[in-house]
Amino acid sequence: MSAAIEVSHLTKRFGARTAVDDVSFTVQAGEIFGFLGPNGAGKSTTVRMLGGLLAPTSGAASVAGVPVTADGGDQVRQRISVMPETPGLYLKLSVAENLDYFARLYEIPDRAARISQALTAVGLAQRANDLCGTLSKGLRQRTALARTLLNDPQVMFLDEPTSGLDPAAAHEVLTLIGALRDRGVTVFLTTHRLDEAERVCDRVAILNTTLRTTGHPDELRQTLFSRTLTVITAARLPDPEAVFDGLPSVTSWQQVPPAQPAPPDGALAGYLLAVQDPVRAAPAVTRALVAAGADVLQIAEQRASLEEVYLQLITGEEKAADRSGKKGALR
Amino acid sequence: MNMSRIAAVVRKEFAEFRRNRFVVMTASILPVVFLIGPTAQILAIKATTASAAFDRRVDYSLFLPMLVSVFVPAMLAAWSVVGERDQGTLEPVLTTPVRRAELVTGKALAIFLPALLISYVVYGAFFAITQLFAVAPAAAAVRHAPQLYAALVFIPLLSAWAIWAGMAISTRANDTRVAYQLSILSSLPPVAIAALFSFNVITPDFTSAALFAAGLLAIDCAACFGVSRLFDRERLVLGTRT
Repeated sequence: MSAAIEVSHLTKRFGARTAVDDVSFTVQAGEIFGFLGPNGAGKSTTVRMLGGLLAPTSGAASVAGVPVTADGGDQVRQRISVMPETPGLYLKLSVAENLDYFARLYEIPDRAARISQALTAVGLAQRANDLCGTLSKGLRQRTALARTLLNDPQVMFLDEPTSGLDPAAAHEVLTLIGALRDRGVTVFLTTHRLDEAERVCDRVAILNTTLRTTGHPDELRQTLFSRTLTVITAARLPDPEAVFDGLPSVTSWQQVPPAQPAPPDGALAGYLLAVQDPVRAAPAVTRALVAAGADVLQIAEQRASLEEVYLQLITGEEKAADRSGKKGALR
Repeated sequence: MNMSRIAAVVRKEFAEFRRNRFVVMTASILPVVFLIGPTAQILAIKATTASAAFDRRVDYSLFLPMLVSVFVPAMLAAWSVVGERDQGTLEPVLTTPVRRAELVTGKALAIFLPALLISYVVYGAFFAITQLFAVAPAAAAVRHAPQLYAALVFIPLLSAWAIWAGMAISTRANDTRVAYQLSILSSLPPVAIAALFSFNVITPDFTSAALFAAGLLAIDCAACFGVSRLFDRERLVLGTRT
């Protein structure tokens, strides 16, 4: 795969304030790349730099194979589309009129057909003549998404596309974004909604002025958190040391309150096992438990959520440890 | 410059103006006010009106409609950038291949053409009504007033100045109301000079009027260049240049 976006040591300062500091990453063609970070982290500033709206203070970037410079701006803008955080629709114009204006700015030859295709893709073909001011927030987001499809872009920048949407509308928008992958479009998705990043993104980057990390959500979990198995048995093991200490795949273990409530006629027991590879460790642990005569109710890998990864990187280890402690107490 | 993109901007601006109640009111009420007042002044002249009062009324009546060519474009131009920035429509446009000169030209033309049309219609209506209904001396005074013909030249020049001043303020302003107020104020200096001609403080001969027109044209050209430079993407998005 070739790189759709290459960013090298990109920095943007507004006076004394540094919005984006020495950020470097690469996005492959056809990838959905999540750009995560808290408010004020520099996500929108990065998008604006890559879209040729803001000049970087230092560093370099290329988008769709074209360097993002004052000279290359027009070429870049022909190959990309940007959906800012607010849909940016002319509320007194109809959906079709909004799209027609942009189609003319892109000098699209067969405007009517392209507008119709874009509206069909976002499920708005029946609302083409509605004034944008009369549309719900979700429909406005969809209209803005249709606008970004008009020029058949190689790279699409979507800045908080589900911001302010109800769960159903957000789900629809995410489904549309997922469908873009099938069309071979590279999507650069900025968001602070971790659940949606985890759902649609091939890789994510976490930014807080500086780039904290990039990778697949699973890779980030593995890098930042020890891998664990949770075991729940029908009764407390009489000699857990004898069961777990001898297993080579288990590096350490501890008894924890079970996650599920105990039945009236018994007492469940829970164990948390640190392992190197949960897939290989789980069968060995199961065999050892069965050999010890335990009734195994559940063995599962405990996965840190992307939220925990995010918090670990953004607010530091202390906050993540606090969250883990609270979770443990709940179990 | 790409003419089809300029046409796209003009077309979109017209469509927005038509559906914007504030624009429609501004573009219709102001001209009516500046038509009714001066016309009534001329129609009120009687054959017996004293010569000094007669001249003053004619001068005043010929000057007032000129304000239409300044106030209407000044208000529309004031909204052109800050208004779009407020409603979030500017950023998507700036991510398209449209060039700054195309955007400036499109927006300026979309204001200039209707402003010109409205101003000339006001003067035309004023002329027609006074010629039909005013007493003969008043009608003749209007018909032979040099200011009437000077206005035909000054209207596009004053409109252009008001547009450039309004757009320049609009690129820098962060508040629409402030942009309106500053835009109206900034459009007044050339109007003041035109007033000096109208009220015979500066003798309205052909040479002085031509010099004023040439000066205004030069200023308009320089302002066009200056406003184009202000239409820098970073400045338009942020309201300032870092």
